[in-house]
Amino acid sequence: MATPPTDAVKFPLVFGLDTFGDVTNDANDRRLSHAQTIRDLVEEGVVAEQVGVDFFGIGEHHTYDWPLSAADVVLAAIAARTSRIHVGSAVTVLSSDDPVRVFQRYSTLNAISNGRAEVILGRGSSIDSFPLFGYDLADYEELFEEKTNLFAELLKGGPVTWQGNTRAALHNQDVVPHTEFGPFPAWIGVGGSPQSVVRAAHYGFSLMLAIIGGSPARFAPFARLFQQALQSFGRDPLPVGVHSPGHVAETDEQAREEFWPRYLQVITHVAETRGFAIPTKDSFLYEIGPRGALFVGSPETVAQKIAATLPALGANRFDLKYGMGGLSHEALLKNIELYGTQVIPRVRSLLE
Amino acid sequence: MTRIAVLGAGHVGPVIARLARDAGFEVAIAGSGSPEAIELVTQIVIPGAEPRWATDAVEGADLVVLAIPLHKFANFDPALVAGKLVVDAMNYWPASDGIEEMFEDRAHSSSEIVQRRLRQATVVKSLNHIGYQDLEDARRPAGLPERRAIGVAGDDARAVKVVEEVIERIGFDAVRLDSLSAGRLLEPGSPVFGALLSRTEFEQALRVKAA
Repeated sequence: MATPPTDAVKFPLVFGLDTFGDVTNDANDRRLSHAQTIRDLVEEGVVAEQVGVDFFGIGEHHTYDWPLSAADVVLAAIAARTSRIHVGSAVTVLSSDDPVRVFQRYSTLNAISNGRAEVILGRGSSIDSFPLFGYDLADYEELFEEKTNLFAELLKGGPVTWQGNTRAALHNQDVVPHTEFGPFPAWIGVGGSPQSVVRAAHYGFSLMLAIIGGSPARFAPFARLFQQALQSFGRDPLPVGVHSPGHVAETDEQAREEFWPRYLQVITHVAETRGFAIPTKDSFLYEIGPRGALFVGSPETVAQKIAATLPALGANRFDLKYGMGGLSHEALLKNIELYGTQVIPRVRSLLE
Repeated sequence: MTRIAVLGAGHVGPVIARLARDAGFEVAIAGSGSPEAIELVTQIVIPGAEPRWATDAVEGADLVVLAIPLHKFANFDPALVAGKLVVDAMNYWPASDGIEEMFEDRAHSSSEIVQRRLRQATVVKSLNHIGYQDLEDARRPAGLPERRAIGVAGDDARAVKVVEEVIERIGFDAVRLDSLSAGRLLEPGSPVFGALLSRTEFEQALRVKAA
């Protein structure tokens, strides 16, 4: 039984699944179309609810391998076929979007889903959206700062007056649709910048730690910084979540064998633009071990790792980023089923 | 060599500052604004370091680590580090950060271009090729087999030696490259960039790349 830090406020445990909509392969290992991948994704979201997952998130990307550029449309389809699971972005690249449109889309999703919409805002560690929408990467800091500020204003509801350098000013502007029950949950995804943690606290957004390499425990000071910063801004404590990649199969061996070749291929492909080193079998085994950021293995292995990670970070939420380019839809469904029916209950029994 | 100033409080700067503190150096850190803006970050993420204005951080420092986003370098005031030993931890990485005209001069390494602008400083390239997320986890005491290597490239042998000592003290094996021009071997696209290698593997990778 792990003991949370004494000053930690107990938020309920929440377990999510995030996907970037990696294009899947068929039984003959041939690429499926973007259209089929998206239809399969809707089914994955529906299955996630059936097996007891709390949140289903889709990360915005604009590439051939990750064609989920309009995540909110897919989330709306999932929302229409479900009744309990929360649906949201993971993340919305706010820097290259219009906060007014983001609010409108997710406020609409919130209406469709009866209050189950969430949004995780990110500055964008993959950069495809900047040239696509005509933004200069050199401005990304100012873009994110200003747009986060505007989004916080929009989320309060009521007419908005706002002025900045990155979009037209708003004067006592009513932005619709209104939410029924106040602001929907909003998070900021943080990779490694402590000042982003302070920014999240400043605007009163929850903190989602994106841990995609190295030791999860390394982020413990960030969670402390977040709660301290909230306090210094006179705010109440807010939830902290962890987003990490992984894959669950019946056995450790099967999970590794399914995931490793896809992971190698995907990371090799994005290494140049993302600054990742090409993984080796050794570095992979390190990352799936206790000091790494990949949650790959049998339900028991993954549950134990999640149960060790959450208390170490004072976090109450874990989002498993499942899927890796080329895995089959069937393997993903199995992953979702095992995560919902075995991993989540096991983590709960370990922590509650 | 006791005082280190870290300029940059984004992803990289705080991690380097933390390692330097843990190794027993006096550390001052400056972001792009006031010390107050980074006070809480410093207190919790880099305990023991002092948040300062950039000018105050640099004053009295024996070594200045430059860890600002490269696109801000064009507006960086060279007078700030005149007479100082500067470790260039930045990267020119157009695939990730976009194109910077000043660094499009492919006849020179990015650190040579930094040195050209910081004429009155002595620039050494280091700490740029290892992921900030790996710096903290990968450090080890000297002599352990899993200790990793960090490259140190510079034209001024004495400055290089000072930086090598810092690298060794924070928990890595320093591998010397004998010119800023050779610092090209530590840039994005190199086999050592983003990789965690032992001294032997690191030296081997540099030889392959240089050949």
